[in-house]
Amino acid sequence: MSTPLMEARGLQLRFGRVAALDDVAIDIHPGEVVAIVGESGSGKTTLLRVLSGLMRPDAGAVTYRGEDVLAMPEAARRRLMRTEWGFVHQNPRDGLRLGVTAGGNIGERLMAVGARHYGNIRAEATEWLKRVEIDPARMDDIPGKFSGGMQQRLQIARVLVTRPKLVFMDEPTGGLDVSVQARLLDLIRALVADLGLAVLIVTHDIAAARLLAHRILVMRQGQVVEEGLTDRVLDDPQHAYTQLLVSSVLAA
Amino acid sequence: MTWVLKAENLSKDFRLHLQGGVRIPVLDDVSLTVMPGECVALAGPSGAGKSTLMRCLYGNYGAGAGRILIRHGGEVVDLATADPRLVRAIRRDTLGYVSQFLRVIPRIGALDIVAEPLTARGVTPDAARARARDLLLRLNLPERLHGLPPATFSGGEQQRINLARGFAADYPVLLLDEPTASLDAANRQVVIGVIEEAKARGAALIGIFHDTEVRDRIADRIFDVAPIQDAA
Amino acid sequence: MSTDAGYNFAYLDESTKRMIRRALLKAVAIPGHQVPFGSREMPLPYGWGTGGIQVTAAVLGPRDVLKVIDQGSDDTTNAVSIRAFFRRTAGIATTERTAEATIIQTRHRIPERKLTEGQILVYQVPIPEPLARLEPRIAETRRLHAMADYGLMHVKLYEDIAKHGHIATSYSYPVMVNERYLMSPSPIPAFDNPKMHMMPALQLFGAGREKRIYAVPPYTHVRSLDFEDHPFRPIRAPHACELCGSRDTYLDEVLVDDKGGRIFVCSDTDHCQERQAMKEAAE
Repeated sequence: MSTPLMEARGLQLRFGRVAALDDVAIDIHPGEVVAIVGESGSGKTTLLRVLSGLMRPDAGAVTYRGEDVLAMPEAARRRLMRTEWGFVHQNPRDGLRLGVTAGGNIGERLMAVGARHYGNIRAEATEWLKRVEIDPARMDDIPGKFSGGMQQRLQIARVLVTRPKLVFMDEPTGGLDVSVQARLLDLIRALVADLGLAVLIVTHDIAAARLLAHRILVMRQGQVVEEGLTDRVLDDPQHAYTQLLVSSVLAA
Repeated sequence: MTWVLKAENLSKDFRLHLQGGVRIPVLDDVSLTVMPGECVALAGPSGAGKSTLMRCLYGNYGAGAGRILIRHGGEVVDLATADPRLVRAIRRDTLGYVSQFLRVIPRIGALDIVAEPLTARGVTPDAARARARDLLLRLNLPERLHGLPPATFSGGEQQRINLARGFAADYPVLLLDEPTASLDAANRQVVIGVIEEAKARGAALIGIFHDTEVRDRIADRIFDVAPIQDAA
Repeated sequence: MSTDAGYNFAYLDESTKRMIRRALLKAVAIPGHQVPFGSREMPLPYGWGTGGIQVTAAVLGPRDVLKVIDQGSDDTTNAVSIRAFFRRTAGIATTERTAEATIIQTRHRIPERKLTEGQILVYQVPIPEPLARLEPRIAETRRLHAMADYGLMHVKLYEDIAKHGHIATSYSYPVMVNERYLMSPSPIPAFDNPKMHMMPALQLFGAGREKRIYAVPPYTHVRSLDFEDHPFRPIRAPHACELCGSRDTYLDEVLVDDKGGRIFVCSDTDHCQERQAMKEAAE
């Protein structure tokens, strides 16, 4: 089988007396969508931040395509972050430049990797606005004028425009109306399948995890208590906490 | 001829942590071998574990003990212990499952739902859609419905979409959970025809059929799933 | 003219000048890179050229000839008082002639006459950080420079074109120095940007309030950022100078009456007078 795109072993991170990560291991393979589920404070977001290099663990190893992420110079890590990686924040305001037009937001990563043809950048931005179902006529509007769902879709376009291999998503549907969530989830599902992206998605929404993820990790108090194929974990949960989590979801 | 699917000494129980850790044994030491072109009907009273066995065979439920061997891409793989990525590959190429209920994906039209198992294998969208269209028409689902998301379709229509999806990809092994439950007589005949064709091309089928007429028409043998007498 | 007694040569004490020269050497060694320095309180307010004055004081020698311009003009208040300041504190010679000067301190312009080897051009800089308006976190702007991560600057130019149909930045137009550091050329008009490229003179930049020094050594590559399909264009008013008739210099628009009457004249007064004198001599 394929070698993992990203691999982490023995991750430890404490905030004072709280173990945010307690001996966590995870693999992500090319084209694989992995969901991390668990309640607030279970360490999901911390794990995402450690894997993407935004936070250093106390102990453990993270490799990306065999390269040690923790030992990587910052320049190399930032280069990855604007080319092969992407990060979709829960709050689009953290991932967008609110004073810059939608087109400029999408174009930024292109320009950061050397795109210097205005017309081509516009054409690419037009294409991506269409793909995330935003009317290209809104290209020169600033995202402050967009609804929450549109902002989130714009953030996704901004991240995907450089065709990353690995995308980190932190509760991408959090804070959105249910009807907006469904549309966004479906959009993410289609884009991920089309582009063959590897995605690590943190969510507490079990239905979202079922729709998007090939594989699930259940976290609780900094530990991965159960992991495996999405439908097996959700339909035949083994750990007491997973059973509680699954039984708390309204049937859909 | 050699088997394509072989369950050996399969056991499964559920441990309900939320109910004080009670254990419910469902399958105990089940062994089943299925040959290509063979259709095995699971029989047994309600609650005997037919559906649990099906779900174990699909890898949807983990096996408590025993092995589930399947021939996948020229190799024998144990589904009970296979890595999740390998299970996905097996489900894509080798093992299909038609459940009783369609899991609707929001905003995706019926045609694309049926075509999806083919495009997942790398078939071009056009070819996959053409095959999906043929199957849907054969199952008497009019073309005007093909582009619509089936969330609002009737139970019978949804089941036919599910069947089309299951038969679109010509899986070597196909699991059928009540495939004709909500169908009228005419559509039942179509499904019987489709199943017979699958058998003829060498597919192994394992099914739960409450409809004894259908079962008698297509099943080569009955496999009894006996309820466990002594619930510990 | 006699030097005021009680002041060290050129006002600053020698150890301060040494500190500034060290910063200047580092700045020359890393063209376009902003070097922090211990900017001193000067006897005039920030915004009046305190950064430029400290740099001038640090490089000034007794035999130097100093020219000071403000918006291209030698006779505005700022230019006159800075010249007077160095005459009094250093006793050096001053001039209004670009060709005669060894050091030219400037605010907002590069002289029209081509500068030569051996001359030093000292810029007064209000905002040294070219990314300041785009990225408010100073630590982050430094990181962006360190990584040469300048996509953001192009976002600004992109936004210009998206809003105005062309790059509307007409002064402080960002440049890449030696294809490594993004630099703000202080608020000179974009028209002057091409003069920075491969200039034989040494260019030094001082920002007093922001406590930064940077430099472009002689004959250094300086490129104005642009897009392939929206190339950089030095913009000037499409007129001839009312006084000297020049059609290739940077012009100031001057209102001449209360009825909307206006003329265009060279912003570089020395260059304009030189041309007028040549015209008169020819007639």
